[in-house]
Amino acid sequence: MSSGVAVDLENITIRFGDFTAVKDANVNINGGDFFSFLGPSGCGKTTILRAVSGFLEPSEGRVLIGGNDMAGIGPNKRPTALIFQNLALFPLMKVWENIAFSMEVAGASAAERRKRADELLDMIALGGQGDKLPSELSGGQKQRVAIARALCANPDVLLLDEPLSALDLKLRQHMRTELREIQQRVGITFIYITHDQGEALTMSDNVAVMKAGVIDQIDTGHNIYDDPATPFVASFVGENNVFRGKVKSVSGNEAVITTNRSGDLLTRITPAQVGKLAVGDDAMMFIRPEALELAPRDADSKTTISANVINEEFEGNSFSVFLEGDGGKQIKMSVPNLGQDRISVRGENLSLRYDASNAVTMPAGELASE
Amino acid sequence: MSSANLIRIALGAYLLIFFSYLLGPLVVMSLTAFNSSSFPTVSPWACFSYEWFDVLFNDKHIRDGIYYSIVIGIGTVILSVSMGLAASIVLTQVWPKLRSTYYTMIIAPILIPGVVLGISTLVFWDRAGAFLGATDGSFLHGLFHNGIFLTILGQSSFIASYAMLVFVARLQRFDTGLTEAALDLGATHTQAFRKILLPFMRPAIASASVLAFLASFENYNTTTFTIIDYKTLTTVLAQKVRLGINPSISSLAFIIIVLTIFAALAFEAANRNKERKLAVRKGKASAEKSGVLPGFMTGNPAAIVLVLLAFVVIVLVGTAQKYSPEACKIQVREAKQVEIQQRIKELREARRIKDEARAAEEAKQPAQAPANAPQNSGAFGNVFAPGNLSEEEAPASDPAPSSGTGAFGNVFDPNNLNSE
Repeated sequence: MSSGVAVDLENITIRFGDFTAVKDANVNINGGDFFSFLGPSGCGKTTILRAVSGFLEPSEGRVLIGGNDMAGIGPNKRPTALIFQNLALFPLMKVWENIAFSMEVAGASAAERRKRADELLDMIALGGQGDKLPSELSGGQKQRVAIARALCANPDVLLLDEPLSALDLKLRQHMRTELREIQQRVGITFIYITHDQGEALTMSDNVAVMKAGVIDQIDTGHNIYDDPATPFVASFVGENNVFRGKVKSVSGNEAVITTNRSGDLLTRITPAQVGKLAVGDDAMMFIRPEALELAPRDADSKTTISANVINEEFEGNSFSVFLEGDGGKQIKMSVPNLGQDRISVRGENLSLRYDASNAVTMPAGELASE
Repeated sequence: MSSANLIRIALGAYLLIFFSYLLGPLVVMSLTAFNSSSFPTVSPWACFSYEWFDVLFNDKHIRDGIYYSIVIGIGTVILSVSMGLAASIVLTQVWPKLRSTYYTMIIAPILIPGVVLGISTLVFWDRAGAFLGATDGSFLHGLFHNGIFLTILGQSSFIASYAMLVFVARLQRFDTGLTEAALDLGATHTQAFRKILLPFMRPAIASASVLAFLASFENYNTTTFTIIDYKTLTTVLAQKVRLGINPSISSLAFIIIVLTIFAALAFEAANRNKERKLAVRKGKASAEKSGVLPGFMTGNPAAIVLVLLAFVVIVLVGTAQKYSPEACKIQVREAKQVEIQQRIKELREARRIKDEARAAEEAKQPAQAPANAPQNSGAFGNVFAPGNLSEEEAPASDPAPSSGTGAFGNVFDPNNLNSE
């Protein structure tokens, strides 16, 4: 089985008439990586995928697969296989014919095709179901058939366009693990498109976060969560509390921000933006709900926020406390459930503290819409 | 009576009227096929007879007509289905702004009268032949003046539009992602078309073919111009109607009706059978089983009716071999003879009486004129009275002047001239 073919996008720009769907994207995907494009719907991630699979040519820039320029090479000649959002299983063909379709068009005999299809059916734990029609399978089974059909073509790169979005939550979580396992077993490059940050973070070696045709950040899931490069990434990936303010002082990778409500706060500058903040700049500081905790009496005021409680929700493994924040935004604090009856009373004024290393600051910018 | 009952009765009556309006003519026509009377009629029922089927099968014009209708039908199906399929696929791929214009153009032939299509087909191919320099006797000239060739082209020009409408409806439900998936898996465009789109379109191709064949089979307007020296069933029938018809046409109609019902039932039965098998595959209807009927017929009324109908037809054909209406016909003929004799007798009797009366009149001639007077007292001198005709003959040989007292004083009486 082939493995480890790198995919490089060089300065890709894709326009539809006046509309620019993708703007100057540069991505280097290592061979054998599980790489995700993460972004809200309409951000251009599917467009990138279609450019890689060959269904459209970029207006500018080059797509390289294994170092070869793919310009002018049609989708049926590229070493890629695409798993469609709606799976696009052929409804009139039996499951095994679906799986072996790539061999059929290559001229393989029925016996050969059947043999290979049965091997793949065993791999996806659907042995003996080859003679059914796709309509007789459940959602998760169809999903696996689509994967087997794509793998049957022996692609160097497998492209997945939100393949789990139609499944229910339990099945989706199960399929995440399964997809990751399959990828590690076959060892080929996976490019995965999703708007679900949970999927991107759990499965991927690297994630590219996209906003309106622009790639904001490419990094490991861990780094994207901890060190977001832009306010968009910080607010789109996971939950985050935003505090707006002006930079009061900067020293190395630390800064003090003057906020409207909570006074001066000490924070860390996100690695991508170190050196780009000057005193007096508009800045945004982000603190995750789980990084906030109730402050002891003698807490340092530079890492303490005080706010009134609006509401409290019990989530099972944790309590979510919502407090009055900046400019109509609520501050959310997440407290693990260790047997407390409740954390706060409505209207009560609470002092919250955080660790300065858990608060990241960057120049002010656009947030992800809720 | 509750209003719900009233509505039910009204609905029943409506349905009865509707169906008798729809099917009544067919039933009557079918019945006339079995009446030995030489004009298609039911009410003076002569004899139950199969002779018109004999007449039908021995009628060379009708046989030729059916043969050419089928040949032209098959040609039209092939041409119009492929043109319609191509047109519908282009419609889905053409630039969106052009789509409605394209659609209007493609659909236009349906709106053009068949007569116009027929004439223009004829003229166009004649001109095309001339343009290509086809001389009389050359192959092209022969082709462009061949009735079958021209009729297939002429009919396809609008039947293709019907076919396209069928295809467009089906194509709208096609997921273009399937074609992309096929391409992505290494299929060429031809393979994607043949292995993905064509199988998806198969039901539509089947229904478009049936539609095209029927439309071609029953077409007259276009065909009558393009058929030239050949004939189709419709042109033969039209000719027959002009020259006087006999019930062999009814027997043809009967055969067509039975074939249609057969086809519809067979289609329905096959469909139900397929559904049932699918249900069994899904393990839903496996418990439903009947010990009496074979599996094909369980829960399948269409199949049962189909078998019954086949039985009836077999019985009909079987009795047709044995049954002879001759005895009945002789009876009818005898009855008719007797009737005719009776009529002749009556007429003779009437004449005898008249003759006697005339003889008597001639005997007392002088007394006749005054006796005649009150008779001619109508406003128009009774010129329209049917009796006048026979009566006039008599006075013509009558030298005696008639002195009528009609409104015009009998001035126009031809007898007046004689008297002067």
